[in-house]
Amino acid sequence: MEALEDGEEDEREALKRHLRAERQKRKKRLLEQSSLQKSRDADDVKDVTSIQQYSADEGPSEKADDSVVLSKSRTGSQKVLCAPGLTSITQHTHHLDDFVKRRLEEKLKAARSKGESLQDKEASLEFPSRLHSLKDRDTVTRFDREADADRAGRRDSPSPLSTRVRFREAARQVGKGLPTAEEAFNFFTLNFDPDPPDVIETSSRRRQKQRKTTDEDEEHEDVDEDIQEENETQSEEAPLVQTQEDLFVIDQSPQDFLEIKKAEYVGYQKLLQRQSELLFTPSFRTVPTSIKLPENMKPRYLEDEGLYVGERPPVSLTNENILENRILKMEEGKKWFGDDGRIIALPNPIKESSTRPPLFHMEEALDPALQTVYRKAVKSKYANLYIAGGADPEGDYQLDVDVSGLIFSHHPLFSREHVLGARLAQLYDQYLTRQRNNLTGHLTDKLNGLRNALRNMLESHSGLNPTQALQQRISEYNLEVRNTRHLRDSEQEKDRTLLKNIVKVWKAIKALREFQKFTNTPYKLYLRRENVDRVSDEQDYEDEILAEVVELEAETEEEYQNKLAEYKKRLEEWKLCRKKQKAKKKKQKKKKKGQAQDDTEGEDEEQDVSESEGPTDEPPPKPEPPERPDLGSIEQWVREKTLRIRRKPGEAILIPELSASANITASELCPRAETARREDVARRSLFTKILYNDKEVSRTDSRSLNTDFRVHFGQIFNLKIVNCPQSISLQVFEEIGSSCSLLAQVFLPVPEPSVVTGSVPLEEFEFSSNQRVMFDHEGVGSDVPLSFEADGSNKQSLLTSGKVSCCVSWGIGDDDVPLAPPISQQPGGVHSGMGCLDAVSYIGASGLYDMKKIGEWARQSRLDPNDPKNASIMQLLKVASSGEVTAPEYFRLEHLQEEFNFVTDEELEKSGRFRLLKLRNQEVAEFRNYKFIPALEREVTDTVFQEYEKRLKEGEVIDTKEHLDSHRALVAKYLQKIRESVINRFLLAKHHYLLSDLVIEEEIPTIGILGINLFKLAEPKRPLKPQRKERKKVTAQNLSDGDIKLLVNIIRAYDIPVRRLQSNKPGQSSHSALQGSIGLLDQIQVRPFVEVSFQRTVLQTATADGPNPCWNEELQLPFSAPNGDYSTASLQSVKDEVFINIFDEVVHETVMNDKNRGKSIQTHIEKRWLGSVKIPFSTIYSQSKIDGTFKVNTPAVLLGYSKEKSHFTNSGFDILRSLSEGTFITLFITVDPQLVPGESVREKIKEMKFDTQEDERLLQASERFERDAAQRYPERPCITTVIDLSGKTVFITRYIRPLSPPKELLDEFPNNPLEATPLVARFVSLIPSLPDQVSFSATCDLWSTCDQFLTLLAGDEEEHAVLLCNYFLSMGKKAWLIIGTAIPEGPTAYVLTLEQNLYLIWNPSSGQFYGQYDTFCPLQAVGCLVNPDNVWFNIQQYTSPMRVSFDISKAHLWKPFFSRTFSHPGLSSIQPEELVYRRTDRAAAAELQDRIERILKEKIMEWRPRQPTRWNRYCTTTLKQFLPKLELIRGQDVAEGHRHELQSLLGDYRISGFPLNLAFSEIRPIIEAVYSTGIHSVQASNVEFALAVYVHPYPNNVMSVWIYLASLVLT
Amino acid sequence: MAASNPSVFLLTVNGNIEGANFPEYDNLYCKYCFVYGHDWAPTTGLEEGITQIASKSSQASHRLIWNFPLATTFKSTNPSGWPQLVVSVYGPDVFGNDVVRGYGATHIPFTPGQHTKTIPMFVPEPTWRLQKFTGWLTGRRPEYTDPKVVAQGEGREVTRVHSQGFVSVSFLIMTKDMKKMDYDTGPSGPANKPSATSGWSTEEQP
Repeated sequence: MEALEDGEEDEREALKRHLRAERQKRKKRLLEQSSLQKSRDADDVKDVTSIQQYSADEGPSEKADDSVVLSKSRTGSQKVLCAPGLTSITQHTHHLDDFVKRRLEEKLKAARSKGESLQDKEASLEFPSRLHSLKDRDTVTRFDREADADRAGRRDSPSPLSTRVRFREAARQVGKGLPTAEEAFNFFTLNFDPDPPDVIETSSRRRQKQRKTTDEDEEHEDVDEDIQEENETQSEEAPLVQTQEDLFVIDQSPQDFLEIKKAEYVGYQKLLQRQSELLFTPSFRTVPTSIKLPENMKPRYLEDEGLYVGERPPVSLTNENILENRILKMEEGKKWFGDDGRIIALPNPIKESSTRPPLFHMEEALDPALQTVYRKAVKSKYANLYIAGGADPEGDYQLDVDVSGLIFSHHPLFSREHVLGARLAQLYDQYLTRQRNNLTGHLTDKLNGLRNALRNMLESHSGLNPTQALQQRISEYNLEVRNTRHLRDSEQEKDRTLLKNIVKVWKAIKALREFQKFTNTPYKLYLRRENVDRVSDEQDYEDEILAEVVELEAETEEEYQNKLAEYKKRLEEWKLCRKKQKAKKKKQKKKKKGQAQDDTEGEDEEQDVSESEGPTDEPPPKPEPPERPDLGSIEQWVREKTLRIRRKPGEAILIPELSASANITASELCPRAETARREDVARRSLFTKILYNDKEVSRTDSRSLNTDFRVHFGQIFNLKIVNCPQSISLQVFEEIGSSCSLLAQVFLPVPEPSVVTGSVPLEEFEFSSNQRVMFDHEGVGSDVPLSFEADGSNKQSLLTSGKVSCCVSWGIGDDDVPLAPPISQQPGGVHSGMGCLDAVSYIGASGLYDMKKIGEWARQSRLDPNDPKNASIMQLLKVASSGEVTAPEYFRLEHLQEEFNFVTDEELEKSGRFRLLKLRNQEVAEFRNYKFIPALEREVTDTVFQEYEKRLKEGEVIDTKEHLDSHRALVAKYLQKIRESVINRFLLAKHHYLLSDLVIEEEIPTIGILGINLFKLAEPKRPLKPQRKERKKVTAQNLSDGDIKLLVNIIRAYDIPVRRLQSNKPGQSSHSALQGSIGLLDQIQVRPFVEVSFQRTVLQTATADGPNPCWNEELQLPFSAPNGDYSTASLQSVKDEVFINIFDEVVHETVMNDKNRGKSIQTHIEKRWLGSVKIPFSTIYSQSKIDGTFKVNTPAVLLGYSKEKSHFTNSGFDILRSLSEGTFITLFITVDPQLVPGESVREKIKEMKFDTQEDERLLQASERFERDAAQRYPERPCITTVIDLSGKTVFITRYIRPLSPPKELLDEFPNNPLEATPLVARFVSLIPSLPDQVSFSATCDLWSTCDQFLTLLAGDEEEHAVLLCNYFLSMGKKAWLIIGTAIPEGPTAYVLTLEQNLYLIWNPSSGQFYGQYDTFCPLQAVGCLVNPDNVWFNIQQYTSPMRVSFDISKAHLWKPFFSRTFSHPGLSSIQPEELVYRRTDRAAAAELQDRIERILKEKIMEWRPRQPTRWNRYCTTTLKQFLPKLELIRGQDVAEGHRHELQSLLGDYRISGFPLNLAFSEIRPIIEAVYSTGIHSVQASNVEFALAVYVHPYPNNVMSVWIYLASLVLT
Repeated sequence: MAASNPSVFLLTVNGNIEGANFPEYDNLYCKYCFVYGHDWAPTTGLEEGITQIASKSSQASHRLIWNFPLATTFKSTNPSGWPQLVVSVYGPDVFGNDVVRGYGATHIPFTPGQHTKTIPMFVPEPTWRLQKFTGWLTGRRPEYTDPKVVAQGEGREVTRVHSQGFVSVSFLIMTKDMKKMDYDTGPSGPANKPSATSGWSTEEQP
């Protein structure tokens, strides 16, 4: 092998050369073969079969030969494969190749020599080529697989791929020679598809050629298989086609296929078709071998070649077929097939015979190795979860609880002596402990040490001037000495007191024993005396006192010096102050003398100074000098103290020793009470329960109580635990007879895992119980006052208490392993105290942030800086003391806020991006749905903000051009502000969700609905009179443009004005030429049609005939929301209006005389405006449908038209003329699909509880009232509280107050106040209407007061109604506000008046009034009535004004708000006392008139871009004269006269025209109105126009605008 | 495109709605959609989709398999409003009415790499018990007005829901230019360990 490796390069070169030669040869041979083939075919077949027959007997040599023959044909493709692309894999294979080649050659030689006789001529003839083919890798593969599995594994997987790659490469090489740069790139980057896509033409052609030869060759081998031959060629064709297809696919990039589309409906057939594309059902049929193999390959049967193959696992033929078909469908499917055309499979792993030893004796004793073993059920892992991580379920933990015993420090059965004895024992214990600790000794030593150190320091530096540091140290030492001394003194004092106490108690015991004549306790105290050397002792004593005195003196001296210094400083200050004052006094005196020349500035300054010094004018009190301390007294004090706390010099040291050696008096010798006590003691026994995690796990034996009140248990409990230990506790029980009582509970700490049995001493845990026990014998009881003094004073109450000695530890296993859980499980680690002072308890948790306090604490507690425990604190202090961090002087709630700010506020302000984000978050209109805020600051352009800033600025400056009037501009600005505030409020409310906003839920069917549903079943399927049904509502969010349609159903109209026949004389009808041509002379009065325009869409109905036409036509107008935003809020703000115009279609026919062709008739169709209705979309949206008969706004005068005679007779009251005069149209308008109307903000605002000044009780009552009303009559509007302009809730009656109308109006009719009424109504109606809904983007009702209304000169129906009602009240009428619903406004407010026992209903925004029984009254329902005193809610059966009785005094018809139970609290009105009116400004009106006229003329000319627009000046002036008259009669009565006048003036003109009357608000609506009449659209060539404008001023800038439009055609 | 100064970053979400575990229901299908903030836009791939109807195998396994591929790329300028995947599962009830079986949402993982998420699913509860009954009878259970509600926090306090099963989704996340725009989503690259067990494999264990 190694040798071969060396020769590898040469080998490759040789191979290449050889291949080149081979290629040439092969080309030739192919040509030969194709010619030879046919002749050879028959021989070949025979040949092959014969050989195969042999093969079974003849052995491997034969087979090798045979395979050579077979592989011959394949060489064609395979040879090319190995051509140039020698990757590492191929390099590797070359070694193998050579190795294998040699072996094969040897084999071949052997085979040749053996089987020469069997070889026929052809085989020998082709021998050279066979030899060549031997060198091929192909044979190697075969051998390889057979030879050793290891190599085969390595070879198998990469070979198919590399083969393919190489093949392509070869193909390209052949075709082109050298790859282009692009190809090279592709080669390294592209992921190659299995089929070579970009084969060049030539190569593919070549391949086909090759394939052809292969086909033929394959036929040979397939003979022995019994597959139909017909199929063969077909199936061969298939892959060819496939590759062809693939060729096309590759050129397109994946992007070309990606396309985002809407979801679309797919029909069932199509679905099936698609499924068939997606789904694949493999067929059962056998796959021909040729498909499974790569092209040009014949199947090889390894078995036939004498190699061991092994048995394949049994698979049914169908399954195998299915699998093969499926695999073939996949890309690269062929790699699953072996050389023999079958799926590669490992030999069947199942052995023929069972390898398990047989079991013969089922019943009898089994082989012990096979015996089943019983294992106890083991708790599963999960039960062990308590001890987390306890992975080993076997590893149980053992807790050993050792309960040793119990000692009572007090027990109810204690006798007095016992009490004292216990106390003595306790004191003695204390003494022993103190003695052991020997604090006094330690402190004394420390003190001496410190003193020595101090002395040394002073001595070593005595000569020199002490440096700063040294002084510092000295003072520190002094301080330390002082502290230590204090500590020692207190300790000494304690020692002494303790000793005294012990002696005292012992004396008490002795006295008691003597008194009661028996002994109960075994205590005995000895005091051992230890004599001392008197002299040295005295010496020590004196030294000590002296040292202390010296120190104290030094201290006091220092203190004095400090004080003195302080005093001096103060004195200095004081003196300075005095001086200043004197100087000032002098100055002031000087000033008083007057220096007028002084600069005022200077003077000011002086004054400033004096002022600033003013407060210090008062002389500070003169400081007192400190007293000099009396040094003599110090010594005396020290001596006294020493005497108190210390042993006198020379006195022997007393050492107490307590022993239990005293004899206890036997019971017989004791008095009765004592015996009883002792008996009681004997009766009692004690035991303890052990509770683990609050569960009793074990209990000790019951032990009787000894006389010494000690109980010994001495029991150890081993607890095997599974659960994590939470708590371990002992309960001490006392047993008397059979009853037992809990004395106390002792909690034991859970031991650390390192605490194991045997290593821990017993610990004592104290317990106590607050049970009250009393006895009638000697026992002192518990919680009972007890006194040892003779006089019974100094009482004490003792509680049962004692100590349990026990220990808890972890057990040790057999192998000395502690049976403790890992450390991490230990809950609640022991808090290690932080030295003597705990920081948190010292300064409190909140103070932890306070550096000062921490520093203070650290200094006081003298933290050891080297202790690692304190490292973090010391670090912190270091930072703090370095002065970087200064604690702020103020308290801050969020003290870390600054740290959390990721940029400073200034930066935030400056950054455009942040600003953008902020504005979007605030939902500012311009940025509400802003997409893609740039990620980088520099990409935010300033233009983004321009509009917003402009708007902000415009808030202040309003374009006056639009408004023609500076006052209106101001109003607009004011409204804008209100709108903003309301919108902000609305936005807040929008974030308040209700369940219905989020969840769609079926409503619960009530019994009623169920009943109706049942009833519906019986209904006819197609009723004769169908009714409109409620449709399903659509939420607005999933809509898009074109989804919504506005349906306008125009049904019929009444009383359309009819054409007046053109005549010069009134009344006399003459046939004009035009009308005569139609034929039906008198019948054709008018041919009206309706045109509906909405959002730039104009549709019209067919033309009908007559004054009462019936169209019954449905028009569909598309609706598109602004910006495609179909959210509720956006829909609510749609301002578009639906214009419904009625036109008359007039046909003119002109006869054209053409000389050549005779007569021709030209027909002009002209439309003439008759009237209009406009309905805002917001109304349609909020009402969801509009259905009813509307009055058409017809002009007061329609030139050329007249009304038919009124059918109604006037009532007696002459202003009460029937107003049903006029044109009406019946409409049904709705939106399809039905949109869910937005919830009114009012409801939401209510939830938000707006602030109010109303009484809480009143508000509650009003809420109740409204709720009741809504429950009983959900349809009827009921309003008791409204929101004023500032957003406060106000009770409705406060709006109603008599207010006088402008004087001018009343003055018009001084005699007849009734006449003035319509004038007042007209005045009110002339104030422009501005629906809140439109202006406030939601159904938010804001009520403004009358003065606000008059200032704003804009408001909706409520404001109009309130104003009108107030006027009527002041005019002495009985008037109410009606809250109801009307068409088309929806919920609205009207005014009701009572005139001469007749109720009149006034529409405040049109100024019209209706009788109660007027059928055409737009008011549809009456909800409630309001006057200054009360609100009445309609509780009658009907709501229609015609059927309602307006008698509010009847309680069963009208439910009053204020009644006897809840009387009117005397609400004051929020309306002003009086309205102030500005006088009419005639000059301004005249100016406005000119401007409007000019603008309109311009506009009309603009609208007629094709034709010239001629103005008839004569007509215009005539019309102008009419207009003031019209205003005077309020356009109600058409004076026939002026038409005649006009007619006579204009003679030959055919005139059509009308006056329009509008309330003036802006110029735009006027233009719109003129445009909608369509007068400009007259096409006749000789048309002339006339336009007259008149503005009538009313007080307070209310303007009535009249526009007279006419078109004239010369006849 | 100036690669050095990107103005957007890209987030490529590949993955699978693997399946669901609804122990009580069968024949379910799943709708998914992405919910994202203002500063996000999908560049390629489908934003919404609907899977085939899957039914449980009759064998012991109780999962529904959809294996519905997700492949969407988003571009964004701002991580705020990071896309969320909202899935809602529907299926027939006893009477054959198509009712909702669960809503759920999850954020697209931040870090590149492979992630498997198990989304717990829930449905809104009827307000009244009677409604529950009538809803069952009529096949009209309460539904969210918009499945996207489950991806927002606002207004959820008014609803009550009960849980209903799990949907497991696997994600393969790639990001581009996040680092360049100074957004660090923590450990990136292949270091991210794929969670060894998918949502239901844990449930398989007793």
